[in-house]
Amino acid sequence: MSTTTPGPLQQTSATFVGMPTFPQAARAALANTQQRKNLRHATHTIRGKRERVVAEVPEWEALRVAGAEAKDEALTHLGDYLEQLEASLTSNGATVHWARDAQEANRIVLDIVRSKEVDEVVKVKSMVTQEIELNEALEAAGIHAWETDLAELIVQLGHDRPSHILVPAIHRNRSEIREIFLREMGTVGRPAPDDLTDDPARLAEAARLHLREKFLRAKVGVSGANFAVADTGTLVVVESEGNGRMCLTLPETLISVVGIEKVIPSWEDLAPMLQLLPRSSTGERMNPYTTMWTGVHEGDGPQEVHVVLLDNGRSHVLADRVGRQALRCIRCSACLNVCPVYERTGGHAYGSVYPGPIGAVLNPQLRGTASTIDKSLPYASSLCGACFDACPVRINIPELLVELRGQVVEQEGRTAESAAMRAAAWVLSDPKRLAGAQKAAATAGRVVGTRTVRSVPGLGAWTNARDLPTLPTESFRQWWARERGEDDR
Amino acid sequence: MSARDEILARVRGATSDIDTTPDDRGPVVVVDETSPGEAETLELFAENVADYRAQVVRVGPSGVAAAVAGALSDHGCRTVVVPSGLDPSWRAAAEGVARVLSDDEATTHLARDDVDAVVTASAVGVATTGTIVLDHRPDQGRRELTLVPDTHVCVIRADQVVHDVPESVARLRPGPEGARPLTWISGPSATSDIELERVEGVHGPRTLVVVLVESANG
Ligand code: SF4
Repeated sequence: MSTTTPGPLQQTSATFVGMPTFPQAARAALANTQQRKNLRHATHTIRGKRERVVAEVPEWEALRVAGAEAKDEALTHLGDYLEQLEASLTSNGATVHWARDAQEANRIVLDIVRSKEVDEVVKVKSMVTQEIELNEALEAAGIHAWETDLAELIVQLGHDRPSHILVPAIHRNRSEIREIFLREMGTVGRPAPDDLTDDPARLAEAARLHLREKFLRAKVGVSGANFAVADTGTLVVVESEGNGRMCLTLPETLISVVGIEKVIPSWEDLAPMLQLLPRSSTGERMNPYTTMWTGVHEGDGPQEVHVVLLDNGRSHVLADRVGRQALRCIRCSACLNVCPVYERTGGHAYGSVYPGPIGAVLNPQLRGTASTIDKSLPYASSLCGACFDACPVRINIPELLVELRGQVVEQEGRTAESAAMRAAAWVLSDPKRLAGAQKAAATAGRVVGTRTVRSVPGLGAWTNARDLPTLPTESFRQWWARERGEDDR
Repeated sequence: MSARDEILARVRGATSDIDTTPDDRGPVVVVDETSPGEAETLELFAENVADYRAQVVRVGPSGVAAAVAGALSDHGCRTVVVPSGLDPSWRAAAEGVARVLSDDEATTHLARDDVDAVVTASAVGVATTGTIVLDHRPDQGRRELTLVPDTHVCVIRADQVVHDVPESVARLRPGPEGARPLTWISGPSATSDIELERVEGVHGPRTLVVVLVESANG
């Protein structure tokens, strides 16, 4: 059921409302062994690359602090910096629009597209336009929105949803991609060649030809932005493939939808951001392409530039003194790649465009904890702390998860999770019961041997969504009693 | 209330606990990656550019034209676009091996996707990341020019190479004449979207040749 809370909260869309809660979705994802294999390979590869290039920068900690500080300066004085950004954008020839929520943002974009009398737009991957479900809104109005990032193209042609911030089609392997291309490309444009193999280079070539046709005829481009510099009015898009450059350069009209938390105060703040983001994100010293544009540049690129500044729940997150640090997020996805829960469940289980540890924090913050999925998300973590260590802007995700759990328990008291917590509290509060539970668990450990245990007596639903390490065949108390020669009963 | 006023009011309300003023934080923290010396910076730049599988050709000032011609013929480029402000001797070198289109003739050819290569100068190079930044002045041309052709031959002088990202950001800060569009290039177009296997060039040049011009004594 959609939340009817008035005020600044992000409205949960019909698609996401239909999503199962995290434990249900996670159980389904766990059954998908192909996905688990792909995810494991991907997260470990990126993780290793990231560690190597971060180690090249001796001052990494100082950089993290600089990055966090730049974002905090912008967030804590956001009103002033937004006004400054608007003024500098406008003086450079851009048109600035403001949108309270997804609906308003979609209407603004739609009005601009309609005024250009076109029935298609090209898009560079943008999480914020996924968040507001812009493609769906455009399709409903008869306008095709072509995603041009290779992974997004795979996702779109596969009638699917992205599952990772950075590698959205991480859940697909090459032969699946070949089948999708052969089956779908021809229905929306230049078909894939008949002799297409599943060689990644051939698949990329097919995408290049299919998309180039669209770039060269598109009149309107749609993007997000990684950063918006308040003092110069510069917008920044960071990418690898060049599809971003295509969308930002070739169309006559460019519409950029920018969350209000993307603002950074000054040009100089770009330095730590560009030092932190590529290394944390893809494990590269720098991503292949970064485009910076400041309003309209005469004779080069789009001659009509629109910027839509979007709230959609962000001011609500900003009001929370502890929680506002989540708005520092630069969407690098480092926290996803180190998360043991994400590695096993994949992105779809989070029921949102923001998956992984940051999604578990951000979604309930943006949308409130009224829906079942948002209630379950703060529990989608083992609180191991790896996400905090990886985060280039030092967002203390574990701390925020614990805060949110407190909110959920306070507000409800009757969810499966809080019931599980009560059961745990009941067990833990009495030494005899604890000893009994541990014995039972140890017995279970002997029975299952080296296999992974998915549930512990007395903890029930709480553990269903994650793998617990194999249980010892002897509890600590039993061991203590044996070693010390005492009976603990 | 307009959306603008409502959002600003919400944001101001949300930060009412803050008692500092904007820009109270002192100078922006700059985390340098210090250079051991100019020669080392150039070496690092060449090494990092090559690490992206871009090709690096190191020449003295008199060798640029030959390097440009060599790069174009090595990659079998038959049509090449050059920006209006390109050094005339480089343009002449390109004319020796390929059909040369100038910036204004290029548009329809770019649209038909039948230009093989582009030759440009550059604005800044960054050693720690192996990056070349174009600010699209007349010797670099419009952004489109370096995007559609399959081969990009890019000339950069040693004195344009800085050591780290903060230095490059400082050099590129928009001046009073207004902000220029910037393209930061670190290696050829690449994707790892299919099973994380690196594939070069989905869009944008698949071949990047960097001609690094060092002074005669350096
Ligand atoms: S929370 Fe931190 S690590 Fe995770 S995506 Fe955001 S910036 Fe990256």
